[in-house]
Amino acid sequence: MSISISVQAGTFDVGVEYAGLREGNVADGATAIFVGSVRDFNLDQSVAQLELEHYPGMTEKVLEDIAGRAQQRWQLGRVRLVHRVGPLLPGDDIVFVGACAPHRQAALDACAYMIDFLKTEAPFWKKEYGRDGVRWVDAREGDREALKKW
Amino acid sequence: MIRVLFFAGLREQLGCADVSVPAGSGTTLAGLRAQLGERDATWQRALADENVQMALNRQMAKSDSIVRDGDEVAFFPPVTGG
Repeated sequence: MSISISVQAGTFDVGVEYAGLREGNVADGATAIFVGSVRDFNLDQSVAQLELEHYPGMTEKVLEDIAGRAQQRWQLGRVRLVHRVGPLLPGDDIVFVGACAPHRQAALDACAYMIDFLKTEAPFWKKEYGRDGVRWVDAREGDREALKKW
Repeated sequence: MIRVLFFAGLREQLGCADVSVPAGSGTTLAGLRAQLGERDATWQRALADENVQMALNRQMAKSDSIVRDGDEVAFFPPVTGG
């Protein structure tokens, strides 16, 4: 049972992250992974670039708290959260959520739980640079709604 | 002193990333927010936005939380990561 968190400007390699969850891990028969990437279109505005701001110090604390809550709720093995900050382009990966568990349901549920809470609790903000100018992305009501299932 | 940080769109509206203010006894986050809003019309308007969220010592916090000397407070728009 371990939690690993990274908030980083550089890209991440899904294969390397998966290998980190699996290497020498014979206790967990299931690994669930979620990867979020930059879309090129948001609310009718074509997006050329994204800038991700965060609150250093609080971000890591919140991500650890979310992962810790998931570990209390499900029987989990390794948990890995990676979130990028700084400038990003359409198609770039932004976030990696990985959860290992002895069985699949715990891994799948914990993975979904962590990305749902990350979206509403972790202090990240997206700024879009598009054809029609620059705008801060508004929070989506659907993200709050998604928490109700937990 | 209390260190106050602002992020994202709110920081841009205020043209300010952080300020330090003297700690008053028994000040709440709501009190601190109102006090900062007295700076001028821009601060008043930006901090009156009910969507603005608050953190106290890097944890999400409610309006009635007490702020003490040495604390770090942050105000910011709803988060949009992931």
